[in-house]
Amino acid sequence: MQTLQQIINGLMLGGVLAFVAVAFTLTIGMLNFLNFTIPALFMLAAMTSWALSTTGHHLFGVGMHWLAAMGVGVLVAVAASLVIERFTYRYMKTKYGDATEHALPLVSSLGFLIVFEHLVISLWGTDPQRFELPFRNADLEFAGLIVGLPHLASLLLAIALVWLLHMLLARSRIGRALRAIAENPDCATLMGVEVNRIVPVVFVITGVLSALAGIMYAASYGTVTPYMGDVVAADAIAGMVIGGLGNVWGAIAGGLIVGLVKVLAISTFGAEIEKIPVWGLLLLLLVFKPTGLFGHTKIGKGKF
Amino acid sequence: MSGYLAGVIAQLAINIVVAYSVFLPASAGLLNLGAAGFVLIGGYVGGAMTLLFGWPLLLAIPGAGLVAALVAFIVSFPILRTRGVYMVLATFAFAEIVGGVFLNIDALGGASGLSVTAYAGLPVVIPVTLLVVAFVGWLLSTRFGLAMRSVHDDENVAMLFGVNLRLVQVAAFTIGGALGGVGGALLVHQFNFIDVQTTGVLFSIYVLLYVLMGGTQTAWGPIAGAIFFTAVPEILRRVSEIGPGFKFLESSRYIVFGVAVVLIMMWRPEGLVTRTMTERLGFRRRRGATDKSTSRGGAGE
Repeated sequence: MQTLQQIINGLMLGGVLAFVAVAFTLTIGMLNFLNFTIPALFMLAAMTSWALSTTGHHLFGVGMHWLAAMGVGVLVAVAASLVIERFTYRYMKTKYGDATEHALPLVSSLGFLIVFEHLVISLWGTDPQRFELPFRNADLEFAGLIVGLPHLASLLLAIALVWLLHMLLARSRIGRALRAIAENPDCATLMGVEVNRIVPVVFVITGVLSALAGIMYAASYGTVTPYMGDVVAADAIAGMVIGGLGNVWGAIAGGLIVGLVKVLAISTFGAEIEKIPVWGLLLLLLVFKPTGLFGHTKIGKGKF
Repeated sequence: MSGYLAGVIAQLAINIVVAYSVFLPASAGLLNLGAAGFVLIGGYVGGAMTLLFGWPLLLAIPGAGLVAALVAFIVSFPILRTRGVYMVLATFAFAEIVGGVFLNIDALGGASGLSVTAYAGLPVVIPVTLLVVAFVGWLLSTRFGLAMRSVHDDENVAMLFGVNLRLVQVAAFTIGGALGGVGGALLVHQFNFIDVQTTGVLFSIYVLLYVLMGGTQTAWGPIAGAIFFTAVPEILRRVSEIGPGFKFLESSRYIVFGVAVVLIMMWRPEGLVTRTMTERLGFRRRRGATDKSTSRGGAGE
């Protein structure tokens, strides 16, 4: 029973990780760009919705309804993501013709990570803050197994959104344009795809996914800090690599695997050992299968 | 010299040594996001050498470098099986595992960290740093340096011209690991303390950031990057103390810093110091290669 409960907890953590991993894998698969601003977007959305919904705080303490605050949080993250697109991908593309030949997008996205983290720190400080929600302690119980309601909602929402994303990529016109860009941006331009109009879509999706993940993480665990994105993003990256770069369903599987391994390792061996199983698994997997579980053989192998 | 300034200079020197540990693989086309791993190995091993075995500092620093080099040599083979983003993350995974291992070695302090008594200070840190800089500068001027550059520019063509690809990559990774170990040994003896938190999740990322920002084409790049990364936040801090008009910088200096990183990368996408730049500014006779066709703008090779 104890183990079963831990497996459930692991899958719940894995749900959030899968979300972030999908955001990472999309930008890598489409644009060959390891977007390090994702932890910042994750944190930005959660901190903004916390600040808006908390009463009596010195900044934005307006006590907005929690659902509205979360909506604004997502919007802020999407806006930030579009700003990032301007200064990393689009700038390189229009100035040098190729956005990924240079390390610029990687380094600039790290610059943006610093900017957003310290923006939030200078507004609200570095202390962890409690994010109170009305249904915070609403747990479901099946035969002695406890499932947190926010956890369950986020897992279901994650699956629904990813299915939606999958349909968007597979069926819609925008999806076809995106896949063409992923194949070859120059060729896509020749075929009439307006790269500068379509690429922001990737960043909007990235913003929405990481923002929702951040908000769900905050709702599930009840605290927000300016650094909350760092560890989650590192684990999500591990999940993405285990699943294979550029594969949305691989990212989900990888995220769930990392969540499971992490929670089970902590409950079996204690918190001090948590890093070794996750990263050891990743390293071992890469030694035997250098493209992850479901990775495309071409994606993510180019030079930075 | 005030103690504060000495502290900043020591930090800068250590940052430069660590930067070279990432720069060497990067100049052979391998992005290494595992700087923290080698720094931790060097720090813990070097600390154990002076504290537990009573070795003198001047023996412990190269000793830590050798141990880190050995580890780098061993892990380079599995890591070099992967490519591109996968390799970046394999090195990151390596660093995380090293952190996890040291966290669980109780003889080295475990979670509470390792405190050492031997103190390095500037008289040790500065010469070691200069030695490392000279060594890397020399290495880049040898045939091996040329081979690294050719591998960085195009692996297949380098192989066609008879460069032993595997040898160059393993050597670059191993020497890089050794320098990381030296940097770690300096770090632990400068601050008399090291724990796994010293190199958090962002440590390796920041090191890679300032190496790429400095530029991976010449040996000057990591110095420029480390100076920018260490000095700019300190300078902004001093500016914030000038008067009430600059007070806002106290809390927002890292925002200014981050914006500066983004703007500099837009202006110089190959890093602050590029090969064309050093050739233009150099005192040596201009070589034929620096005619107009190759030296245009900051984006070229």
